Amino acid sequence: MDYKALGLMAGIEIHQQLDTREKLFCHCPTMLREIADHNGEFSRYLRATVSEMGEIDRAAQEEMKHDRKFRYYTYDTTCLVENDEEPPAPVNDESMAVCLTIAKMFGMTPVPQVHTMRKLVIDGSNTSGFQRTALVAFNGKLPDGGLIETICLEEEAAQRVKDEIFSLDRLGIPLIEITTSPCMYTPEDVQKVAEYIGMVLRSTGKVKRGLGTIRQDVNISIADGARVEIKGVQELDLIAEVVRREVRRQISLLAIRDDLRKCGASVDATGGADVTTLFHETKSAVLKKAKKIHAINLKGFAGLVGREIQPERRLGSEISDYAKKCGVGGIFHTDELPAYGVTAEEVNRLRTCMHAEKEDCVVLVAGTSEKQASCAAGQVILRAKLALSDKPVPEETRKMLENGSTSYMRPLPGAARMYPETDVMPVVIDDTRWEAVIIPELLTTKAERFAAAFEIDRNYALQLAASEKLPLFEQAVQEGIKPKLAAFTILSTTTELRRDGVDIRTVPDQAYLDIWHAVGSGKAAREAIPDMLRKIAEGSSFSEALAQLAPVVSREDLEKIIRNIIADRKDFVAQKGTAAIGPLMGIVMAEVRGSANGKIVSEILKKEINAATPRK
Amino acid sequence: MSRRGVYITKRDGMAVVKLDSGYNIGVPPASCSLIEHPAPVAVTQPAVVQNKNLPTLAIVSTGGTIASRIDYRTGSVTSQFNASDILTAIPALKEIANYRTIPLATILSENMTPAIWQELAGAVHAEIKGGATGVMVTHGTDTMAYSAAALSFMIDTPVPIVFVGSQRSADRPSSDNAMNAVCAAAAATSELGEVAVVMHATTNDDTCAIHRGTRVRKMHTSRRDAFQSLGIAPIGEVGYPSQNVTLAKEAVRRGARTLALHDALDPHCALVQFYPGMSPGILKAYEDYHGLVIAGTGLGHTSTTLIPALGRLVEKGTLVVMTSQCMHGRVCDRVYDTGRDLLDAGIIEGGDLLPEVALVKMMWVLGNEKDAGKAAAMMQENLKGECSRRSPHGL
Repeated sequence: MDYKALGLMAGIEIHQQLDTREKLFCHCPTMLREIADHNGEFSRYLRATVSEMGEIDRAAQEEMKHDRKFRYYTYDTTCLVENDEEPPAPVNDESMAVCLTIAKMFGMTPVPQVHTMRKLVIDGSNTSGFQRTALVAFNGKLPDGGLIETICLEEEAAQRVKDEIFSLDRLGIPLIEITTSPCMYTPEDVQKVAEYIGMVLRSTGKVKRGLGTIRQDVNISIADGARVEIKGVQELDLIAEVVRREVRRQISLLAIRDDLRKCGASVDATGGADVTTLFHETKSAVLKKAKKIHAINLKGFAGLVGREIQPERRLGSEISDYAKKCGVGGIFHTDELPAYGVTAEEVNRLRTCMHAEKEDCVVLVAGTSEKQASCAAGQVILRAKLALSDKPVPEETRKMLENGSTSYMRPLPGAARMYPETDVMPVVIDDTRWEAVIIPELLTTKAERFAAAFEIDRNYALQLAASEKLPLFEQAVQEGIKPKLAAFTILSTTTELRRDGVDIRTVPDQAYLDIWHAVGSGKAAREAIPDMLRKIAEGSSFSEALAQLAPVVSREDLEKIIRNIIADRKDFVAQKGTAAIGPLMGIVMAEVRGSANGKIVSEILKKEINAATPRK
Repeated sequence: MSRRGVYITKRDGMAVVKLDSGYNIGVPPASCSLIEHPAPVAVTQPAVVQNKNLPTLAIVSTGGTIASRIDYRTGSVTSQFNASDILTAIPALKEIANYRTIPLATILSENMTPAIWQELAGAVHAEIKGGATGVMVTHGTDTMAYSAAALSFMIDTPVPIVFVGSQRSADRPSSDNAMNAVCAAAAATSELGEVAVVMHATTNDDTCAIHRGTRVRKMHTSRRDAFQSLGIAPIGEVGYPSQNVTLAKEAVRRGARTLALHDALDPHCALVQFYPGMSPGILKAYEDYHGLVIAGTGLGHTSTTLIPALGRLVEKGTLVVMTSQCMHGRVCDRVYDTGRDLLDAGIIEGGDLLPEVALVKMMWVLGNEKDAGKAAAMMQENLKGECSRRSPHGL
């Protein structure tokens, strides 16, 4: 696809959790907890409040379409600030320091006086109904000439447990938000920039690691389409695919609009018709349960509601997402019926009742009340009209689904969602503070340094620099351990063990250092490292693991073992000569269960084979 | 690179500017230059139609922010106060009553005075006389309990007078203002017939407690359920969002009392908390006072060294009433020698009166009863449910 010709413009927002001692606006640890450990819960409602201009933010309005009671889990590591029962503490200074470091790494200009704002978010993920956020610096540069518009320091939202239940452990963890300008023109560009920014962030050594600690939002538009913000792309590898699929969605929506117009499609704005009585005898569980069923006849929409616009997404999915905002489970439409327990006869009756022609598509919404059903019908009409309009791609905030397709969340928020946080004092960033910020070495620079100094492969060095175990590696080198040994253990051995299902995270850094020192001083064989790590991961101490797995076989014993092995395979050795070293090596190592140095084994093997083979 | 924004105010020597993104930043004023003065944007407020078939409630505002938003010129939160403002902010109120709004004062509740209590009592009395089914008083939470106690003594009311406020400001989506206001309106149209405080019963948005105005105290600086009844259980509760009002059998019912206003107060009264090592010299400052409430330790004690000074106050005609800083339980000065010495010095035991309620009651008693002996006796009588002869089990 020629993305440049399509006018693709994309920007990203990267949200990265910081690894600070305390949260951004309270003194709780930035620690994630197991749900089972929660020690209490409470429940709240949230209501959209008017902005200083007397408006309610359109995104907030959308979340208010039906009353939602939110439940929150508390922990012994959360406090009244997360509960929205105590005013916030001043901005956490350690977080501000990390944010300024990152700003300086991108060559940004700091804001002289940083003001904390409240960004209205009433989907339940913030107990207060807003996310505190502060603009800290602007005008950063990317190496390829792209621009970083702003960097903000924000509080992380609460994690959704399921439905309307949230866990408060994550709420308030400091987060930085980096926003680029729309300076990317291909899906691959977007991924590359995201990777680069992620690398810079990790270079500080002060960011959290692991799935969910960094999230990308992608802003995408094509010519004739609209700006769409896709939230919560957690896997970097998916970014390019998300962009490709969004472009496809926008193109498809434009094409559907053209086809609708060709068919003379129209949407009657007067609302849905009550068709509850048509389905009194229905076998469809959803319709049977419903108190009110409304139907909307979309004239000229037949076939198009069911047309795919993204893998596993149709125009019908978009309409359904809008209806769900009223609390209904979704919609049925005649492009996909009869199905789901709705019979052909029922479809015919429905079509007759709605005066639907062959080229029309009838949409059904089933609600628990008249209010809910008519709300959902209104949303169906709204979305269908958009599909037919001059701007068939609505400006939206969308949520990424598992495979890279997206679903509708809410309209793009406006400036009306920002309100000053009156409980937090501004923070002054003066020249003295800015000049004192030290820029850490970039991981890529570090990798080049490693590659040169330790004679390791460049890619390997890059992996090492990016590894969570980088501090361990640097300490090992400082303690005189061979860099290659440490690097191999950190990158290869642990990966293999993890693949075997060993929970390698439980092994403390000190155990790695002890093992390497043991190998270095000849107390353990290099080959015993995986088994020792496995043993320690299973709960043994280093000394237990050492005693069990690495009793070093004495040279004398080793020579005896090797002589026996050679004697047992006399013919083979005679035939192969020194070429038998390789195959025999494995047999010897299996016999001593890794408790010997491979180099010494090979040396003895060579000597003994030479001794055993008659010279020609 | 320059940026456009809207100049908002000056703070700590910096110009606060709102960028298009909605973010505010502070920059040196010298770095800003004027592009244009934007035309003032009219804040649009939809007209709200009230249902005249519903009972009429009066809402008297003292400055509690039931509906408020930030004022960009001052950076502070301003109170919005007319019926449309309130009903726009809290639409659910429309289903309960139609409203008359009386803006009495716009003060922070720590700036409340006995003189304003008198104005408030007058305004509330007038509304009840005018036929209001009930009265809601919006009030800052800091001194709400004092004002509720004051109105309890000053007005004999046949209808509910309900104090309500919010612990979390009304400008946040999580504010308790809406639920408290809806529950207060439900209580104000209920069968209740006394002065009460209606606020969150727990941290959950599910129940508001109805507290008697003379038994309620703010017991937490910031939690939603800061208000607690002490010495008695709450006299009722309101479910949310059901708005179901349940009254305890002890709650005074609508119509049980005949409307009367007794708004005389003697503000020359004080409340002093005793602490270890307190100097008797401090009491000199109260020599001209007509009444003094002591929040003593435990059963109602001060140090022995303070007793002569208290005795001198009594001799000079100051009514001295002993309460306990324990908050829970009853004063008894007949158990230890110190207590007996205090009684000998002429102090009056305040029973299970809360210290602040004792102070407000003292102002009212001294304002309405000139005979010292009768006034002292009244301090120990139950006038508006503020004290009881029994300390029930389980509270």
